[in-house]
Amino acid sequence: MLRIKRVPTVVSNYQEDETENVSRSTGCGRNCLNKCCIEGAKIPLYAFKKLNKISGSKGLCCEYENSVPPVAFLDSLLLGEWEDRMQRGLFRYDVTACETKVIPGKYGFIAQLNEGRHLKKRPTEFRVDKVLQPFDGNKFNFTKVGQEEVLFRFEANENGNTQFIPNDAIDLENSPSVVAINVSPIEYGHVLLIPRILDCLPQRIDRESFLLALHMATEAGNTYFRLGYNSLGAFATINHLHFQAYYLGVPFPIEKAPTKKIMTLKDGVIISELLKYPVRGLVFEGGNTLQSLSNSVSDACICLQENNIPYNILIADCGQRIFLLPQCYAEKQALGEVSAELLDTQVNPAVWEISGHMVLKRKKDYEEASEENAWRLLAVVSLSEERFQEVCALIFEVIDTVDAENTEGSSSMPEEHDDGCLKEVEARNNTTRPLPMTGTKECLV
Amino acid sequence: MELPLGLIEQSLNSRYSLWVREALNDLSDNFTITDPCIAGHPIVFVSPGFLKMTGYTKEEVIGKNGKMFQGPETSRSSVMLIREAVREEKEIQINLLNYRKDGTPFWVFFQMTPVFSKEDGQIIHFVGVQVPILKNSRKSRCGFVRIQGDSHENEFRACKSFLGSCRRELMSDSISELDCTLNRDSQPDSNSRGVEIEEPCEACDDEKQRAAIAISNILFVLTHHSEVTGGLVCERRCSLPRVGILCSSLNTSLNRIKQSFVLTDPNLPDMPIVYASDEFLKLTGYTRCEVLGRNCRFLSGIDTDSSTLFKIKESLQSEQACTVRILNYRKNKSSFWNDLHVSPVHNASGKLAYFVGVQMDADDKKQDEHGLNPKTKQLSTVGAVKVAVRSLSMTVGCSQG
Ligand SMILES: [Zn+2]
Repeated sequence: MLRIKRVPTVVSNYQEDETENVSRSTGCGRNCLNKCCIEGAKIPLYAFKKLNKISGSKGLCCEYENSVPPVAFLDSLLLGEWEDRMQRGLFRYDVTACETKVIPGKYGFIAQLNEGRHLKKRPTEFRVDKVLQPFDGNKFNFTKVGQEEVLFRFEANENGNTQFIPNDAIDLENSPSVVAINVSPIEYGHVLLIPRILDCLPQRIDRESFLLALHMATEAGNTYFRLGYNSLGAFATINHLHFQAYYLGVPFPIEKAPTKKIMTLKDGVIISELLKYPVRGLVFEGGNTLQSLSNSVSDACICLQENNIPYNILIADCGQRIFLLPQCYAEKQALGEVSAELLDTQVNPAVWEISGHMVLKRKKDYEEASEENAWRLLAVVSLSEERFQEVCALIFEVIDTVDAENTEGSSSMPEEHDDGCLKEVEARNNTTRPLPMTGTKECLV
Repeated sequence: MELPLGLIEQSLNSRYSLWVREALNDLSDNFTITDPCIAGHPIVFVSPGFLKMTGYTKEEVIGKNGKMFQGPETSRSSVMLIREAVREEKEIQINLLNYRKDGTPFWVFFQMTPVFSKEDGQIIHFVGVQVPILKNSRKSRCGFVRIQGDSHENEFRACKSFLGSCRRELMSDSISELDCTLNRDSQPDSNSRGVEIEEPCEACDDEKQRAAIAISNILFVLTHHSEVTGGLVCERRCSLPRVGILCSSLNTSLNRIKQSFVLTDPNLPDMPIVYASDEFLKLTGYTRCEVLGRNCRFLSGIDTDSSTLFKIKESLQSEQACTVRILNYRKNKSSFWNDLHVSPVHNASGKLAYFVGVQMDADDKKQDEHGLNPKTKQLSTVGAVKVAVRSLSMTVGCSQG
């Protein structure tokens, strides 16, 4: 069993103190999201219209760009609610007081000095050799966060347009998907998207949840609002399904890296390989529907997690481009193959670092930050060329199969794709309505 | 959104003599001129050669954003680099896959150069030249991209500012910018970043040279025709930076926020207003020239509660946010209750850069069309301002102080 020691990130104020702070007469006293307190709770609902199309320059955010909107609505909601939590003092520090800069050079790596993020927390052991681990209700999970940390619900409006309901009562029959603050933000607007929070899904990608995340990127319609995902073994700290997102108004180096097209799937999804970037990865874009783009990415992710390969995902460009990056840093770290010099920086190369946004804990590292240093770290994160090609082969095998199957059915009826050829995948990951994970499904090694 | 054609025409007319179009039409190159200060960064001039190359009519192109020529196979990372150049107000040279009106793609060598006002260093236009890359010159499997200066953000989005004299911009000739500009004529380095897509294509020296010559011809025409109006343009920022003014990228970003707010600069004597939104001008009845450079106290009047003013002062001193209801006065002396929220705004160094004050007419508190409550909307303005200031001060060009 491979383990590494690291300081876990505190994403919720309810993560550290186990002391009960009774302030309410009902529930557990913390006004949490669990069954004890959720009854009758009212959380604003942002119900988005299911998009059929988002492709190329005709995509949603580009429509916005042409029509020059004021700040888009989801943007306003998120920024406004986030600022409100800031004024209420829910964050552990003011991230806008953290120094940040673009590192001079060709690539434009971004460095941030964040000395507060990892204070007051002891290193904890993390198991890094299993990408899929069952949900453990005894460990911290998002049902334990306080309702004040939740900004709004983000769900599909099955019948109709985008809609906002300021005071929507929670329907306990349907587990809500919520957007909550990360109390240790790495940039302004840092939030967590937690799909079907009460279903207690472990950190693993399924088609439906990934589509939800993709919708959030398209709805925000802001090039500088990106979503990210870390699998277990790739620096996810909490084994409860979640995506992260924040605002950063500069391009990430990974977004500027050139790509080389590998293939076009039958439903129009283009898969390319990242070039001239320290971390090897795949880029997914295009697709006849948002759903087909989403499905091809989630199928690739499912393949990786089934094969026990840790990975990170960046959803960029208003959901038009998705970067998939298998990585092996934690494994190298556990095997003692990472230099002490790199380990000393305590940088955890999760999705943001891999995309070129480096959060540094020591002033020294910040001041000495250079393109070479950033590159050197990321190069260790990357799979070797040989291994990367092996991993790609695994993915293409699955995606090809899935794609061939898809073309037989109607591409606008996603549920139908889930039977038949996807037996293997579905057995582990019922994409239409996964049950809460309680069992001990072993991952393939 | 249809742009009023007047605005488009004004874009050229306000800077150049009336004969500038004629002179530009005489040039045989394929190019467009765009105005980043108009919402949507529209094309304000298109050359006959460009129309011939793309198959569009002038009417179909004027007022549109340059992205109309991009298509599904256009590299997104190239688009990202162009955006960055626009936001950074830098030159860019790049191989780009464009699409004609009939949907057929073609490769061009794209060179885009900003045009600045000689007087105040403010961005006026971008000139974009496109040289088609001939099939027989497609020799290598590697294109190149060269962008000048450090990376930064861009969006083709809003910028609804006025070219009038009261819009003041930062002219920062930082060392890096200077270097870049000086190097502008040098050859792209061979190990610059490659772009490989299906049938990638590299411009040969001949094509690059044609682009460079075209750019210099166009700039010659523009410079010449700007002499007549007195509003000289140049291809390089040449004015000295002034204190207390926002860089144009920040102005552009702030212009997207459709709420009444002002930015004041606490690092300047008497904390003057350095930005005022259109909605603020609408609410108070002042013009931009009348408020920029002044302390906010002119909004107070005889019946304004001094304890409220004191509360604001206290929070400014302690660099804390505060919300108050204060009696303010418009230019026409009428008063209104202002649900004012004031918050400190930090730059990328984490230092106090501005205070943002967001006004809300207490009698006009209708929910917005989406049902967002006024308080959330007010705070969203604070958030949007914080993001813009922080992001745009991350690179050298826009940093304050
Ligand atoms: Zn509870």
